[in-house]
Amino acid sequence: MDWEGQKVAEQLMQIMLVVFAIGGFITGYFMGSFQLMLFIYAGGVVLTTLITIPNWPFFNRHPLQWLDPSEIEKHPKPQVTSSISKKQPSKKK
Amino acid sequence: MHSFGYRANALLTFAITILAVMCAIASFSDNFNSPSPTSQVQVLNINWFRNKPDGDDEVSMTMNISADLQSLFTWNTKQVFVFLAAEYKTRKNSLNQVSLWDGIIPAKEHAKFYIHTTNKYRFVDQGSNLRERDFNMTLHWHVMPKTGKMFADKIVMTGFRLPQAYR
Repeated sequence: MDWEGQKVAEQLMQIMLVVFAIGGFITGYFMGSFQLMLFIYAGGVVLTTLITIPNWPFFNRHPLQWLDPSEIEKHPKPQVTSSISKKQPSKKK
Repeated sequence: MHSFGYRANALLTFAITILAVMCAIASFSDNFNSPSPTSQVQVLNINWFRNKPDGDDEVSMTMNISADLQSLFTWNTKQVFVFLAAEYKTRKNSLNQVSLWDGIIPAKEHAKFYIHTTNKYRFVDQGSNLRERDFNMTLHWHVMPKTGKMFADKIVMTGFRLPQAYR
Protein backbone atom coordinates (compact mmCIF):
# COMPACT_ATOMS: atom_id res chain seq x y z
CA MET A 1 0.00 0.00 0.00
CA ASP A 2 1.11 3.57 -0.49
CA TRP A 3 0.86 6.33 2.11
CA GLU A 4 -2.44 7.59 0.80
CA GLY A 5 -3.79 4.05 0.75
CA GLN A 6 -2.74 3.46 4.35
CA LYS A 7 -4.62 6.53 5.51
CA VAL A 8 -7.71 5.51 3.57
CA ALA A 9 -7.56 1.96 4.91
CA GLU A 10 -7.34 3.14 8.52
CA GLN A 11 -10.18 5.64 8.19
CA LEU A 12 -12.32 3.11 6.38
CA MET A 13 -11.72 0.56 9.13
CA GLN A 14 -12.71 2.95 11.90
CA ILE A 15 -15.79 4.29 10.14
CA MET A 16 -17.04 0.87 9.09
CA LEU A 17 -16.72 -0.59 12.59
CA VAL A 18 -18.52 2.34 14.20
CA VAL A 19 -21.30 2.26 11.59
CA PHE A 20 -21.86 -1.46 12.08
CA ALA A 21 -21.80 -1.02 15.85
CA ILE A 22 -24.40 1.75 15.84
CA GLY A 23 -26.54 0.03 13.23
CA GLY A 24 -26.35 -3.28 15.06
CA PHE A 25 -27.21 -1.70 18.40
CA ILE A 26 -30.24 0.18 17.09
CA THR A 27 -31.53 -2.84 15.19
CA GLY A 28 -31.03 -5.16 18.17
CA TYR A 29 -32.61 -2.72 20.61
CA PHE A 30 -35.78 -2.14 18.62
CA MET A 31 -36.12 -5.80 17.64
CA GLY A 32 -35.59 -6.76 21.28
CA SER A 33 -32.81 -9.19 20.47
CA PHE A 34 -29.34 -8.96 21.98
CA GLN A 35 -28.20 -11.83 19.77
CA LEU A 36 -29.22 -9.95 16.62
CA MET A 37 -27.05 -7.01 17.62
CA LEU A 38 -24.06 -9.30 18.10
CA PHE A 39 -24.61 -11.03 14.75
CA ILE A 40 -24.83 -7.76 12.84
CA TYR A 41 -21.70 -6.47 14.55
CA ALA A 42 -19.78 -9.71 13.96
CA GLY A 43 -20.75 -9.62 10.29
CA GLY A 44 -19.55 -6.04 10.16
CA VAL A 45 -16.19 -6.96 11.69
CA VAL A 46 -15.68 -9.75 9.13
CA LEU A 47 -16.62 -7.46 6.24
CA THR A 48 -14.29 -4.73 7.50
CA THR A 49 -11.49 -7.27 7.81
CA LEU A 50 -11.97 -8.38 4.21
CA ILE A 51 -11.98 -4.82 2.89
CA THR A 52 -9.26 -3.06 4.88
CA ILE A 53 -6.63 -5.66 5.67
CA PRO A 54 -5.61 -7.24 2.36
CA ASN A 55 -3.48 -5.23 -0.02
CA TRP A 56 -6.15 -4.36 -2.58
CA PRO A 57 -5.12 -2.43 -5.73
CA PHE A 58 -7.38 0.53 -4.96
CA PHE A 59 -5.16 1.27 -1.97
CA ASN A 60 -2.24 1.78 -4.31
CA ARG A 61 -3.52 4.59 -6.53
CA HIS A 62 -0.77 7.00 -5.52
CA PRO A 63 2.26 4.76 -5.81
CA LEU A 64 5.60 5.91 -4.45
CA GLN A 65 8.00 7.25 -7.05
CA TRP A 66 11.06 5.08 -6.64
CA LEU A 67 14.23 6.26 -8.32
CA ASP A 68 14.70 4.84 -11.85
CA PRO A 69 17.64 2.36 -12.08
CA SER A 70 19.20 4.24 -15.03
CA GLU A 71 19.42 7.36 -12.86
CA ILE A 72 21.46 5.49 -10.27
CA GLU A 73 24.24 4.76 -12.68
CA LYS A 74 24.64 8.44 -13.48
CA HIS A 75 25.35 9.24 -9.84
CA PRO A 76 27.69 6.58 -8.45
CA LYS A 77 27.89 6.08 -4.74
CA PRO A 78 30.98 7.80 -3.25
CA GLN A 79 33.76 5.49 -1.97
CA VAL A 80 34.62 5.56 1.71
CA THR A 81 38.44 6.06 1.95
CA SER A 82 39.02 6.60 5.69
CA SER A 83 41.31 4.07 7.40
CA ILE A 84 39.54 2.63 10.39
CA SER A 85 41.65 0.39 12.63
CA LYS A 86 39.98 -2.87 13.19
CA LYS A 87 39.70 -3.98 16.75
CA GLN A 88 40.96 -7.43 17.62
CA PRO A 89 38.02 -9.52 18.75
CA SER A 90 38.65 -10.80 22.27
CA LYS A 91 39.15 -14.52 22.40
CA LYS A 92 36.82 -16.41 24.62
CA LYS A 93 37.61 -19.87 25.86
CA MET B 1 -0.49 0.63 8.74
CA HIS B 2 2.85 -0.54 7.56
CA SER B 3 2.00 -4.18 7.27
CA PHE B 4 -0.73 -6.75 7.25
CA GLY B 5 -0.14 -7.62 10.92
CA TYR B 6 -0.26 -3.97 11.97
CA ARG B 7 -3.64 -3.40 10.33
CA ALA B 8 -5.02 -6.67 11.67
CA ASN B 9 -3.97 -5.74 15.20
CA ALA B 10 -5.43 -2.25 14.94
CA LEU B 11 -8.73 -3.59 13.64
CA LEU B 12 -9.03 -6.28 16.29
CA THR B 13 -8.26 -3.92 19.16
CA PHE B 14 -10.67 -1.28 17.93
CA ALA B 15 -13.40 -3.84 17.32
CA ILE B 16 -13.14 -5.23 20.84
CA THR B 17 -13.11 -1.75 22.40
CA ILE B 18 -16.27 -0.87 20.49
CA LEU B 19 -17.85 -4.13 21.65
CA ALA B 20 -17.14 -3.17 25.27
CA VAL B 21 -18.77 0.22 24.71
CA MET B 22 -21.81 -1.42 23.10
CA CYS B 23 -22.25 -3.72 26.09
CA ALA B 24 -21.98 -0.81 28.50
CA ILE B 25 -24.66 1.12 26.61
CA ALA B 26 -26.85 -1.98 26.45
CA SER B 27 -26.60 -2.35 30.23
CA PHE B 28 -27.37 1.34 30.68
CA SER B 29 -30.47 0.99 28.55
CA ASP B 30 -31.93 -1.27 31.25
CA ASN B 31 -32.48 1.82 33.39
CA PHE B 32 -35.20 2.97 31.02
CA ASN B 33 -37.32 -0.05 31.81
CA SER B 34 -39.98 0.73 34.43
CA PRO B 35 -41.24 -2.64 35.65
CA SER B 36 -44.63 -3.26 37.26
CA PRO B 37 -44.52 -6.70 38.85
CA THR B 38 -47.32 -8.14 40.97
CA SER B 39 -47.50 -11.12 43.24
CA GLN B 40 -49.71 -12.88 45.73
CA VAL B 41 -49.08 -15.61 48.30
CA GLN B 42 -51.67 -17.67 50.14
CA VAL B 43 -50.84 -20.06 52.97
CA LEU B 44 -53.27 -22.89 52.50
CA ASN B 45 -52.31 -25.16 55.32
CA ILE B 46 -49.86 -25.54 58.16
CA ASN B 47 -48.79 -29.17 57.74
CA TRP B 48 -46.94 -29.44 61.01
CA PHE B 49 -45.45 -27.15 63.59
CA ARG B 50 -43.08 -28.47 66.22
CA ASN B 51 -40.18 -27.76 68.48
CA LYS B 52 -37.21 -29.79 67.36
CA PRO B 53 -35.16 -31.80 69.86
CA ASP B 54 -32.24 -29.37 69.45
CA GLY B 55 -34.45 -26.51 70.65
CA ASP B 56 -35.39 -24.75 67.41
CA ASP B 57 -38.92 -24.35 66.08
CA GLU B 58 -39.82 -25.70 62.69
CA VAL B 59 -42.94 -25.31 60.57
CA SER B 60 -44.00 -26.80 57.27
CA MET B 61 -46.71 -25.17 55.17
CA THR B 62 -48.44 -25.52 51.82
CA MET B 63 -48.79 -22.35 49.79
CA ASN B 64 -50.04 -20.93 46.52
CA ILE B 65 -47.49 -18.55 45.04
CA SER B 66 -48.55 -16.51 42.04
CA ALA B 67 -46.72 -13.66 40.35
CA ASP B 68 -46.49 -11.71 37.13
CA LEU B 69 -42.86 -10.71 36.56
CA GLN B 70 -43.07 -10.25 32.80
CA SER B 71 -42.36 -6.51 32.90
CA LEU B 72 -38.95 -7.18 34.44
CA PHE B 73 -37.59 -8.71 31.22
CA THR B 74 -35.68 -6.49 28.78
CA TRP B 75 -33.65 -7.32 25.67
CA ASN B 76 -30.63 -7.56 27.95
CA THR B 77 -32.09 -10.05 30.44
CA LYS B 78 -30.64 -13.53 30.71
CA GLN B 79 -32.85 -14.84 33.52
CA VAL B 80 -34.67 -13.75 36.65
CA PHE B 81 -33.90 -15.48 39.93
CA VAL B 82 -36.86 -15.26 42.30
CA PHE B 83 -37.20 -16.44 45.87
CA LEU B 84 -39.84 -16.21 48.60
CA ALA B 85 -38.65 -15.38 52.11
CA ALA B 86 -40.55 -15.38 55.38
CA GLU B 87 -39.50 -12.33 57.37
CA TYR B 88 -40.20 -11.67 61.01
CA LYS B 89 -38.84 -9.98 64.10
CA THR B 90 -37.86 -11.69 67.35
CA ARG B 91 -36.52 -10.50 70.65
CA LYS B 92 -32.99 -11.55 69.76
CA ASN B 93 -32.93 -10.55 66.04
CA SER B 94 -34.46 -7.43 64.54
CA LEU B 95 -34.87 -9.26 61.22
CA ASN B 96 -35.07 -12.95 60.45
CA GLN B 97 -35.27 -13.98 56.80
CA VAL B 98 -35.92 -17.60 55.96
CA SER B 99 -36.00 -18.59 52.30
CA LEU B 100 -38.90 -20.94 51.65
CA TRP B 101 -38.84 -21.35 47.88
CA ASP B 102 -36.86 -20.21 44.86
CA GLY B 103 -36.82 -20.61 41.12
CA ILE B 104 -35.19 -19.45 37.95
CA ILE B 105 -37.27 -17.88 35.21
CA PRO B 106 -35.39 -18.24 31.93
CA ALA B 107 -37.72 -16.30 29.62
CA LYS B 108 -40.52 -13.78 29.59
CA GLU B 109 -43.10 -16.42 28.65
CA HIS B 110 -42.51 -18.24 31.94
CA ALA B 111 -42.61 -15.12 34.10
CA LYS B 112 -46.33 -15.27 34.82
CA PHE B 113 -46.80 -18.27 37.07
CA TYR B 114 -49.01 -19.89 39.69
CA ILE B 115 -47.60 -22.70 41.77
CA HIS B 116 -48.98 -24.84 44.53
CA THR B 117 -46.20 -26.17 46.71
CA THR B 118 -44.94 -26.94 50.17
CA ASN B 119 -41.93 -24.97 51.27
CA LYS B 120 -38.87 -26.10 49.31
CA TYR B 121 -36.51 -25.20 52.13
CA ARG B 122 -37.13 -25.77 55.80
CA PHE B 123 -38.61 -22.99 57.86
CA VAL B 124 -36.50 -23.25 61.01
CA ASP B 125 -36.12 -20.58 63.64
CA GLN B 126 -33.10 -19.71 65.76
CA GLY B 127 -34.77 -20.69 69.00
CA SER B 128 -38.43 -21.23 69.75
CA ASN B 129 -40.01 -17.94 68.78
CA LEU B 130 -42.48 -18.99 66.15
CA ARG B 131 -45.64 -19.55 68.17
CA GLU B 132 -48.22 -16.87 67.31
CA ARG B 133 -45.54 -15.06 65.33
CA ASP B 134 -46.62 -12.43 62.75
CA PHE B 135 -44.54 -12.65 59.60
CA ASN B 136 -44.31 -11.14 56.12
CA MET B 137 -43.92 -13.10 52.94
CA THR B 138 -41.51 -11.18 50.73
CA LEU B 139 -40.94 -12.10 47.11
CA HIS B 140 -37.39 -11.10 46.12
CA TRP B 141 -36.00 -11.16 42.61
CA HIS B 142 -32.69 -10.60 40.88
CA VAL B 143 -32.82 -9.63 37.21
CA MET B 144 -29.63 -11.11 35.79
CA PRO B 145 -28.48 -9.35 32.63
CA LYS B 146 -26.71 -10.71 29.58
CA THR B 147 -24.16 -7.96 30.17
CA GLY B 148 -23.77 -5.31 32.85
CA LYS B 149 -25.61 -4.40 36.02
CA MET B 150 -27.94 -6.71 37.94
CA PHE B 151 -31.12 -5.23 39.41
CA ALA B 152 -32.76 -6.60 42.53
CA ASP B 153 -36.05 -5.68 44.16
CA LYS B 154 -38.88 -7.16 46.19
CA ILE B 155 -42.57 -7.10 47.06
CA VAL B 156 -43.58 -7.35 50.72
CA MET B 157 -46.84 -9.10 51.55
CA THR B 158 -47.97 -8.71 55.14
CA GLY B 159 -50.60 -10.29 57.25
CA PHE B 160 -49.44 -13.82 57.96
CA ARG B 161 -49.43 -15.42 61.37
CA LEU B 162 -48.31 -18.76 62.74
CA PRO B 163 -50.53 -20.79 65.05
CA GLN B 164 -50.62 -20.39 68.79
CA ALA B 165 -49.58 -23.93 69.62
CA TYR B 166 -47.55 -26.75 68.15
CA ARG B 167 -49.36 -29.25 65.96
